[in-house]
Amino acid sequence: MSTRIFGSGIKRREDPRLITGEARYTDDIKLQGALHMAVVRSPYAHAKILSIDSSAAAGMPGVRAIFTGADIGDLAGLPTAWLIPDSDLKTPEHPALASDVARYVGDGVAIVLADSRYQAQDAADAVMVDYEELPVVVDPHEAAQAGAPQLHDDVEGNIAFRWVMGDREAADAVFEAADVVVSERILQQRLLPTAMEPRAASAQYNAATSELTLWCTTQNPHIHRFIISAVTGLPENKVRVIAPEVGGGFGSKIPCYPDEALVSWAAKKLGAPIRWAETRSENYLTTIHGRDHVQFVDMAASNDGKILGVRATVYAGMGAYLSTAAPGIPTILHGLLYVGPYTIDNVFCESIGVMTNATPTDAYRGAGRPEATFLLERMVDKVAGALDMDPVALRRQNLIPPFADGHEVATTLIYDSGDYEAAFDKALAMAGYDDFRAQQAQALQAGRYLGIGVTTYTEMCGLGPSQVAGAVGFQGGLWESATVRVTPTGKVQALIGASPHGQGSETTLAQLISSELGFPVDDIEVIHGDTTETPMGWGTYGSRTTPVTGAALAQASRKLKEKARALAAHLMEANPDDIEYADGSFSVKGSPDQAQSIQEVALMAHLAWNMPEGMDPGFEESQFYDPPNFVYPFGTHIAIVEVDPVTGSIDLQRYIAVDDCGPQINPEIVAGQIHGGVVQGVAQALCEGVIYDDSGQLLTGTMLDYCLPKADMFPNFELGETVTPSPHHPVGVKGVGETGTIASTPTVYNAVLDALAPLGVAQIDMPLTAAKVWQAIQNANGGN
Amino acid sequence: MWPQQFDYQRADSIAGALAAIGADGKFLAGGHSLLPAMKLRLSTPDQLVDISRIDALRGIANGNGSLSIGGAATHADIAASAAVGAACPALAQACGMVGDQAVRNFGTLGGNIAHADPASDPPSVLVAVGASVTIASADGERTVGAEDFFVDLFETALDDGELITSINVPDLSDHQMAYVKLPHPASRYAIVGVCVALMMDGDTCGHAHVGVGGATVKAVKCAGAEAALAGSSLDDAALSAAVAALSDDIGEWLTGDVAYPEAYRSAMAGVFLKRAISAAKG
Repeated sequence: MSTRIFGSGIKRREDPRLITGEARYTDDIKLQGALHMAVVRSPYAHAKILSIDSSAAAGMPGVRAIFTGADIGDLAGLPTAWLIPDSDLKTPEHPALASDVARYVGDGVAIVLADSRYQAQDAADAVMVDYEELPVVVDPHEAAQAGAPQLHDDVEGNIAFRWVMGDREAADAVFEAADVVVSERILQQRLLPTAMEPRAASAQYNAATSELTLWCTTQNPHIHRFIISAVTGLPENKVRVIAPEVGGGFGSKIPCYPDEALVSWAAKKLGAPIRWAETRSENYLTTIHGRDHVQFVDMAASNDGKILGVRATVYAGMGAYLSTAAPGIPTILHGLLYVGPYTIDNVFCESIGVMTNATPTDAYRGAGRPEATFLLERMVDKVAGALDMDPVALRRQNLIPPFADGHEVATTLIYDSGDYEAAFDKALAMAGYDDFRAQQAQALQAGRYLGIGVTTYTEMCGLGPSQVAGAVGFQGGLWESATVRVTPTGKVQALIGASPHGQGSETTLAQLISSELGFPVDDIEVIHGDTTETPMGWGTYGSRTTPVTGAALAQASRKLKEKARALAAHLMEANPDDIEYADGSFSVKGSPDQAQSIQEVALMAHLAWNMPEGMDPGFEESQFYDPPNFVYPFGTHIAIVEVDPVTGSIDLQRYIAVDDCGPQINPEIVAGQIHGGVVQGVAQALCEGVIYDDSGQLLTGTMLDYCLPKADMFPNFELGETVTPSPHHPVGVKGVGETGTIASTPTVYNAVLDALAPLGVAQIDMPLTAAKVWQAIQNANGGN
Repeated sequence: MWPQQFDYQRADSIAGALAAIGADGKFLAGGHSLLPAMKLRLSTPDQLVDISRIDALRGIANGNGSLSIGGAATHADIAASAAVGAACPALAQACGMVGDQAVRNFGTLGGNIAHADPASDPPSVLVAVGASVTIASADGERTVGAEDFFVDLFETALDDGELITSINVPDLSDHQMAYVKLPHPASRYAIVGVCVALMMDGDTCGHAHVGVGGATVKAVKCAGAEAALAGSSLDDAALSAAVAALSDDIGEWLTGDVAYPEAYRSAMAGVFLKRAISAAKG
């Protein structure tokens, strides 16, 4: 493996087109004669639809058609595609348009198709819907109580599933016998994913060929093809899904949404191309939200600091319908992480999926794992407090010792590799932990409140073995495939089934291929996002594209390299065993003047004038790759904060992140992923949070009220790394797209609570806004 | 973000603008308050009369002990104006805290106060220092004191068809003044914003001007706090008395929301009064 390109922090080739505005997104694609769709959305969180009168709207300028739920009987409801087993799962019907009952503010009840987007919206406003309001519940814990308003007739008590991990009695016995048990009700507030590009979908149906093309903002065009085929009844080979440039997703562009089904249906129905793009207001109302857990958590420990068990009951808000992957998030991707990097032998999780009159939730960056890591890290700090131990010493005492090839933990996962203490020590050294504690004590004398939070984490990503996917009810595989295609002039097209949308994978994967095959990185193009052009793949999420697609590309490249070696040997009339390879050139051992470049070999493979016996012409290889296990990145994050007790404002002064994702193909892109992840995770701790009022109205419906993180909230991040390869991966890499989000929320939360400890504040629900911090200080000292 | 259909006209003069405006029309200057409201369909005028290129509305002049700031002068122009910096530096500070640079380059002070967002920065300064607003209409011209101009939440003394031609600010170059704010972390609008102008005589405060916004449904001049500070040496006792008086001054107008409730805003108004005094003293 050439070390020059693998590990080089070259600039992202995606950036020029993104920065200059030249990138072509779904809504940039103009379709001749297109109609524009506007969706009439329920202004009520729960209401019977008594009647819909579209007569006035139908006569408005430019209006071509108006459809309600009653008109779309041949469009099937949106499916839920993660059917977790042994959980008494109910999957309520999710029609593309509500026809009897609207169940959240933003639920679609009609669509208007018009010549312009303005005309469509004017007419949508003129569609008269007569509603009868019904009682509303938005809190998942309240929704699970007897007497709560019911959302769906076939989901009794609003409980969509009840998933249990571990043995309750065994766990309870450990807790009863333990020296110390700490408990907390943890609120994992709802978050808005807020991709820079809102969702959009355009569809065109060609009646002559019976083919539907759907351009849409998706992280997984092949899954979208499958679902659009299923809901429209069009055969899968007649559906082409194209993800043009996609401006971020953070998980929110995994699900298949009603809007995408509706443009597909209407394009066929009306014989005209249909365009739709959501406004930011619609994005906040109807694109999935993340998190929304009410957790009741206990941790048990012995007096000498051994963590004995974790036990949690989780009420996970699903919103009004079960989104595509929603049931898997607070269960499989959550409970299985309860051991973290620690030697904890007893874990128990009961996760209850609850329907509420709110926007559906689904995967949001980290998806289940941030919610697990937070509760673990919060409870470790609480145990330290209860035992009057240094939280760093407590963590060190409980870390799993280093392992290079497999370590089974109590949740049944087999971690691939880890050296947690190395990352821990490095981060503590960078932070100057011991010195900080002295500074903190000094500052307190001067009336200043400094705090430090330390998180050690591991997580599972690079989803994942398909056999596991099947066992946990995921209605798909989790392998990836890739084709490495070399043209006669030695230029490379790498076709992948995954669908990057901001991660820099076009750069990273080109570097990987270059390092395997010796083609210059600038001669390698990575092509993705079109079900007709690219081989099958399950998509970009779960920090899986570099690990899984990367492995497929590495193996396809290696097949090509072996073919090249054999052909080069044949062309140079040498024994293949005598061929040496270096930097894209094959030479004969002992005769360095005799050499064939990879480009020369590729050309000869295409010409096929002189092939070895039995070798096929051409220079292209494909590979399906099903990972044998997840990958488990890990690390330690540390935050230092100062709290102004007068205003409750928090100043994040330092942030140290030491992450281990194995060998880094492009350290700059890794750093970018960590920066972005940390920013999103810190924002959950400090400022982001959906607020609904009691009637289910979204009070944080614009960026005036919903607080996205801003650059001036952050210090320069101090990054470090350790390198522990994954033993089962062709190049040893692990995913790093979500680690920042997973680790940073508890890090900053614990730092703030550490700062507030002298004031007697022990708990505040996230986000830690100045007002809540101030109120907690008032409450703790009686307002004095 | 699709506004309802409307007509658009550009006016070349104040008289032309006043002649053009219809019953359901709005004047468009920078558009940074009006256009977002239209895109959300919270505001649905059927006509916009663009006044942004009327030179007579854009000037900033100092004469006869008073600054005259054109209604369509931008926040950026005011923030950078030497005349404003000398006569009323707190107004320059406040205008420099509105939005971001791009917003300040377009958004105008006239548009800002016509919108009367309670969390906007400049109104606190204008009520504190006793500014006035000159308003023109087809019927003529009138001038309204800033305290009377701001009536209630998003409500001003402006009638339909009236245009803000200038904002008149007394020259307080002999005062020490500051505007400080606690910004909302999402919008950066003021959770609370406080303007203080002090006329110091040695260590004694001759008189004080105090205005508060953000915490209140409109910018409020705080006579009680002003009285508590006047004649004092701004010692701890005087500051405590001023904070207590401020609480009464704003009590009637206090507002809050789920994220930043009234109790918090009220407490912060006192905190930021003290911080404004400290900043004003330098």
